[in-house]
Amino acid sequence: MRLGLILGEVGNGLRRNVSMVISVILVTFISLTFVGAAILLQFQIAQMKGYWYDRAQVAVYMCTAVDTSGNCTQTEATPEQIAGVEAALQSETLAPYIERYEYETHQQAYDNFQVQFADSPLRDFVTPETLNESFRVNLIDPSDADILIESLSGQAGVESVQDQRGYLDQIFSVLNAASVTAVGVAALMLIAAVLLIATTIRLSAFSRRRELGIMRLVGASNRFIQTPFILEGVFASLIGSLLAGGAIVAIVQFFIRGTLASSLPQTTTLIGLNDALVVVPILLVVGAALAAASAGVAISRYLRV
Amino acid sequence: MIRFDQVTKSYPGTTRPALNSVTLEVLKGEFVFLVGASGSGKSSFLRLILREETPTKGDIHVLGQKLGTMPNRKVPYFRRNLGVVFQDFRLLPNKTVFDNVAFTLQVIGKSRGFIQEAVPDALKMVGLAGKSNRFPHELSGGEQQRVAIARAVVNKPAILLADEPTGNLDPATSAGIMTLLERINLGGTTVLMATHDAGIVDQMQRRVIELVTGQIVRDERQGGYQTSAIPVMNR
Repeated sequence: MRLGLILGEVGNGLRRNVSMVISVILVTFISLTFVGAAILLQFQIAQMKGYWYDRAQVAVYMCTAVDTSGNCTQTEATPEQIAGVEAALQSETLAPYIERYEYETHQQAYDNFQVQFADSPLRDFVTPETLNESFRVNLIDPSDADILIESLSGQAGVESVQDQRGYLDQIFSVLNAASVTAVGVAALMLIAAVLLIATTIRLSAFSRRRELGIMRLVGASNRFIQTPFILEGVFASLIGSLLAGGAIVAIVQFFIRGTLASSLPQTTTLIGLNDALVVVPILLVVGAALAAASAGVAISRYLRV
Repeated sequence: MIRFDQVTKSYPGTTRPALNSVTLEVLKGEFVFLVGASGSGKSSFLRLILREETPTKGDIHVLGQKLGTMPNRKVPYFRRNLGVVFQDFRLLPNKTVFDNVAFTLQVIGKSRGFIQEAVPDALKMVGLAGKSNRFPHELSGGEQQRVAIARAVVNKPAILLADEPTGNLDPATSAGIMTLLERINLGGTTVLMATHDAGIVDQMQRRVIELVTGQIVRDERQGGYQTSAIPVMNR
């Protein structure tokens, strides 16, 4: 009886306010799509970090005959100096952090260079002697790179110690900036959505103020009075959230899995449909909670006894 | 039933209180007229009983409950024991007579079966048994007020408050409404009616409380609209 009555009131309110309800749906749709995109970006970043940090190495570059930077004085690192670095890597202080390391000679470096820069005119100018010999160190925890940098930078014959994560961090900072932008846009849109829901509910309450006045007079409980209005807001915003969820799934399915996965060689680090399906319920909950809160605040002035 | 104890009500921005140190008691089953010029505090008096307002000073007890300290969330349940009738009827124009009366019961969560029984009873009591499917605009003013009264009493309240219920009606129709209110009073409901209608007050000879600028200047058993005996001044 009461449920039917409340649902009837919700239906009435939605019908009387169609244009406002549609605008609420659209605004929540767009804003939650941005929220979802931001979450997906974070997932993507996390996945790429997991994948690439495992492969990222710390490179200990040894001096060549042409280097002047670091500890180099235009003399090639001597075998003793190289052995000294290797001994440091095997020492008790550093060994616990190191998973494994390998040594790259001039020739290996040259071969790698030729492969990596196959299309570049640069390859013709490079000779094996100008490329640094180096230790490639895989750490057990990639974030311990600073320990290596600090202890090896001062060693004789070492030109520099570089954490390859530094290159990755630039990519991640770009992705992070994109995600922060998406969150910023989403926040603005969500504010608009919340205000719009509040306005819609006020309008709805205003058009029913006679009923509300009589309800209060005859002793309808506050919960009974406010429930239809809150449901009205939640209903409209849930439709918007569902659309946003659909958009997120579509983006992952058609753009990331479809276009990106086929155009990028490395498909292993892209997020999949599973991640999108995690985002959808988050969007639904956020949409419903925001709508319920703003509608509740909007209707509260009609509940003052 | 209703007890005012040194009640003062001031609205913000005015120096003169709407009610000034009012003390009175209304007993169960009484029929009380509240008379006085416009602005004398009649409406404030009724609003205080309904707890639409809280007193600035003093205590109000209605149906054994102290209104000043009643938390807001309990107010709706308290109001279910009161019926209210207004000069402008306050019916819902898009609902039928039956639905207008049923609305009261629906919103306080009564069952469908209870509504199907109680609403026709109430309509029969006010003499509108055959008009339950009419809309308010199809009824005369007197009939609309009868619908409003049916709505006020359908939940069998202990107290009926009426704010100039005959203010918009002609004398003959008013007499009909008064007969109805008297019948409701005989059924045990305490009736408190604010009015300007001297004819009705003089004819009914019930308890009359007269307010002048927020103070009780007369509280008379079987009184008339104008002072007929030595006035009982409020201390």
